[in-house]
Amino acid sequence: MTSTPKGGYAARDRGWHPPALTPPYKTSVKRSPSAPLLSFPSTLSEETGPVFGHHILGPQDNDLLHNFAAEGQSAIGPRIVVHGRVTDQFGRPVAGALLEVWQANAGGRYRHRKEGYLAPLDPNFGGCGRVITGEDGSYEFRTVQPGPYPWPNGANDWRPAHIHFSIFGHGFAQRLVTQMYFEGDPLIWRCPIVGAIPSREAIESLIAPLDMARTLPMDARAYRFDITLRGRRQTMFENRREGL
Amino acid sequence: MAGPSDETKETPSQTAGPYVHIGCTPNFAGIEGVYPEDLGQRMKIGPVKGEEITIRGAVHEGTGTVLRDAMVEIWQADAGGLYNAPNETRGTADPNFTGWGRSAGDMETGEFTFHTVKPGRVPCPDGRLQAPHVTVWIVARGINIGLHTRLYFADEAAANAEDPILSRIEHRNRIPTLLAKPEGGGVYRFDIHLQGPSETIFFDI
Ligand SMILES: [Fe+3]
Repeated sequence: MTSTPKGGYAARDRGWHPPALTPPYKTSVKRSPSAPLLSFPSTLSEETGPVFGHHILGPQDNDLLHNFAAEGQSAIGPRIVVHGRVTDQFGRPVAGALLEVWQANAGGRYRHRKEGYLAPLDPNFGGCGRVITGEDGSYEFRTVQPGPYPWPNGANDWRPAHIHFSIFGHGFAQRLVTQMYFEGDPLIWRCPIVGAIPSREAIESLIAPLDMARTLPMDARAYRFDITLRGRRQTMFENRREGL
Repeated sequence: MAGPSDETKETPSQTAGPYVHIGCTPNFAGIEGVYPEDLGQRMKIGPVKGEEITIRGAVHEGTGTVLRDAMVEIWQADAGGLYNAPNETRGTADPNFTGWGRSAGDMETGEFTFHTVKPGRVPCPDGRLQAPHVTVWIVARGINIGLHTRLYFADEAAANAEDPILSRIEHRNRIPTLLAKPEGGGVYRFDIHLQGPSETIFFDI
């Protein structure tokens, strides 16, 4: 049975997400609201959202190996393909979702004026890319595997290698920013930002496994990262007027 | 049919970190030549209907310090109360108004600016009209999960008084944290306080 989802968004499971205040991640201490969040059922204002057409994309937007590189050059580092599917909580593919990604270079250095890590910039790596999901919710981009990097939190804290993702679904209520980690990285379990997530199971959902089936022989390894956005309940038992 | 039993968990949130601008506003971050322009920079892509306004403000942390590594996005209806979205079924929104804006904040002052229009009223699912409002979403280093709030307009007292969301707020003294104040010339000031005595009301929606 298929039906058009017109109900409100399923409530966010706040126990699954990191709470606002996680003292081992020091910056959260003064940037976390202390009053409880006010809940209300989603309205049109949260159920609608901006949608981006494929026309905004340039031919190299999903190719971080080349989108900042000089003609004939390529970013330095382990070449990888990152791919996956965006679905909602009820298993429906989310087509047309915009994914914006950003990351450090293979040495763990960001191209940013405030970056203080001594690892060198790669002149051929910018560190941003974007892609829009297809009809089946699938996406794919290629890049270099980012390096881990030290950050000022504890005296010797290192971020595990990661790629940042910003995701737009179909409603503003689905708006999400997260980070993808790499299978086998021992730094994942030492990181206070990762550790802000309460359960091991939730953390594991951010760890992309190596996907040998999608590697490009003699070219790039592949990692698979599936993303789940909030889902809308069916209208059947909802007390709402049609079209609102 | 999908039911609660086959519901999967949402991908958990992680902070946007200090370098969100690299990914979301790369031209602002000095990474030029990858995208022609930063998304969300222009909400008006032609002559728009309604009253053109500017929304200005900053995000403050619990110490009172202004954030300079935040990213603020807004989403709103057009002057007629219609959303420029495929799932808007009540009519067609102003084609020259995107309804969505994104601001990296000023590099020195952290101040965000949106050149937009004053939104019209949008009904709730039960048909009651909401007061004109703008949906606001904030991410930054130290924010583990993006914060949702709403901007209402201080000069819409009558509409605000009957707004179904504002009416739910138990701590009436906190309502001013959601009100953008007119400063003349179509400019509205909206400061966001993450913590402290004037902490903004944030929503779980
Ligand atoms: Fe990072």
